[in-house]
Amino acid sequence: MKTVYFDNNATTKVADEVLDVMKPFFCDLYGNPSSMHTFGGQVARDIRLARQQAAALLGCDPAEIIFTGCGTESDNAAIKGTLAAHPDKRKIITTRVEHPAVLSVCRELQNLGCTVVELGVDKKGNLDLAELKEHLDDNTAIVTVMYANNETGVIFPVEKIADIVKNKNAVFHTDAVQVVGKIPLNLSKSSIDLLSLSGHKLHAPKGVGILYVRKGTRLAPFMLGGHQEGGKRAGTENVPGIVGLGKACELAAKNIEEENEKVRYLRDKLENTILKNCPDAILNGDKKNRLPNTSNISFEFIEGEAILLMLDKYGICASSGSACTSGSLEPSHVLRAMGVPFTAAHGSIRFSLSRYNTEKEVDYTIQIMPKIVNRLRELSPFVKK
Amino acid sequence: MWDYTDKVKEHFFNPHNVGEIENPDGVGEVGSLACGDALRLTFKLDENGKIKDAKFKTFGCASAIATSSVLTDMLKGLTIEQAAKITNKDIADYLGGLPEQKMHCSVMGREALEAAIENYHTGGKKKRQLEGKVVCTCFGVTENEIKRVILDNNLTTVEQVTNYCKAGGGCGGCKGEIQKIIEGIQGEKAGKVLETTPRWAGKLTNIQKIQLIQQTINEQIMPALRAHGGSIELIDVDGSKVIVAFRGMCAQCMLAEFTMKDLVEAKLREFVSGNLFVEEDKDSAQQPHNHRG
Repeated sequence: MKTVYFDNNATTKVADEVLDVMKPFFCDLYGNPSSMHTFGGQVARDIRLARQQAAALLGCDPAEIIFTGCGTESDNAAIKGTLAAHPDKRKIITTRVEHPAVLSVCRELQNLGCTVVELGVDKKGNLDLAELKEHLDDNTAIVTVMYANNETGVIFPVEKIADIVKNKNAVFHTDAVQVVGKIPLNLSKSSIDLLSLSGHKLHAPKGVGILYVRKGTRLAPFMLGGHQEGGKRAGTENVPGIVGLGKACELAAKNIEEENEKVRYLRDKLENTILKNCPDAILNGDKKNRLPNTSNISFEFIEGEAILLMLDKYGICASSGSACTSGSLEPSHVLRAMGVPFTAAHGSIRFSLSRYNTEKEVDYTIQIMPKIVNRLRELSPFVKK
Repeated sequence: MWDYTDKVKEHFFNPHNVGEIENPDGVGEVGSLACGDALRLTFKLDENGKIKDAKFKTFGCASAIATSSVLTDMLKGLTIEQAAKITNKDIADYLGGLPEQKMHCSVMGREALEAAIENYHTGGKKKRQLEGKVVCTCFGVTENEIKRVILDNNLTTVEQVTNYCKAGGGCGGCKGEIQKIIEGIQGEKAGKVLETTPRWAGKLTNIQKIQLIQQTINEQIMPALRAHGGSIELIDVDGSKVIVAFRGMCAQCMLAEFTMKDLVEAKLREFVSGNLFVEEDKDSAQQPHNHRG
């Protein structure tokens, strides 16, 4: 059975071109870029190239790129590093719908005595900027708001937020893990101070990420023990990963618009047909203001994990915000923050596409989805015939 | 990905006895849409008082559906007395086991069975009601129910109790109470999961007292507030006076029934010192609230 992969917000396939450029760095060019000998030292050139490729995609200076181990590390480093660099300011502003990589860090800092404000969202998942302005004050060290939500794909007006924050002399960080490679960025023209991204969400391998740090932004080092990455993030570089991420950035920069058009077309076809053919199915999020690859649909009266397992039987990969899939007992904190009723939150399914998906896969899935929904509704005590 | 046995998958993909019996002798309904799983069990007796047929309808995950399916299989041919002896462990064993975090599905099966038997005994007049003190308000779990899963499954930790009946899995505010129930039943065997629970403080230095107050706020008070969109900040400690500020409390939330000040005071007296009293910080009360539904 062929796998139909609609879970690209979880992770993506490594692009063939990316794998090709990585291969020499395992067994042939395995030297340490910090070494004095040519064999090791030459590798530093490849890291430099990767840094340039990443900077080109982000529209920033290569010196503003710090390679990290993953998106979560970048988020941790940005928030904790900012608080450590501003001991006089003790307030953090974030949102209720952040990824746990941000939310858990904020809550930990709250336990250590910081004040944390979590901004709410409306039914479509959008923020109220007036609320942000209300809370922003001289004690605010950092405002951290994701660029786009991983569950619903809803995009936040981070450029506007960054300007507001700049006026108050606070640092603005954005978790852009779901956005880089999907939305064109130009950080040289933006007020964003810190930005996190993760390699494996844009067809680079797992285990490598980036923290963009605008020149002049005060940030405490977050890994000590060496001079790598400007002394901010010590540790021997993950050379194959970094080289791969550079290539992935180059590919993304080249294909971003063309791909988005294709991915958006496939997503819309998948979404519209499912909503049409499955009764009591509701779209979660803001239909217009969204990433082109993400669709989050709630199927009422049935439960997400059961849907996923049925899809799995047909080789289709997706994810769910239901309680049962997470191992916790409550459904997705994002959907709850949006006020999605429990009944719909438990039955939510997220499809997230990539450039490797085909129309054939979409056609196959829209044929199967109504069958699964009907089958589970036959079992459900809440569906009255 | 859950590690389900083949038997669970078999009963999920091809469940037995789906549906509803017309004019049943017993009906049991447990769970709700809000909780994420619900089961409606119906059965019919033959002339000898044995269960002739049993059917189910279930909203829930794979293990909830598989549990319901095997339960209806197990019931057939049993007398009411025999059926009443089925425990959640029997159901889980029949499936070759369930992942620990899914054990509450087997408990839901047993609860539905109990409800159906009670419904049979009362001639269909009485619907099942919660009996006894409600310990977990998030999931509506009573003290009796918690005691039952501890005894049936020989549980020794709060985490296990949460896995088996969901109690403590929401805001977490009742975990201390669950721990006490476990200790009451299991005595020495009870696992000490709340290792960081602050101890009753004897003579404390000022700095120790402040740290203990902050720790109590973080561990005992904050989880409950957070679950309802609120937060609390320790502003200052002046002798026995603890000055705090509340942030972002939602007006409609259940916790509004208590005055927040009293709740915090009670917790601080329990975990830190009996003579503490709480005052709300006047300045911060003027600040805008993080008030959204």
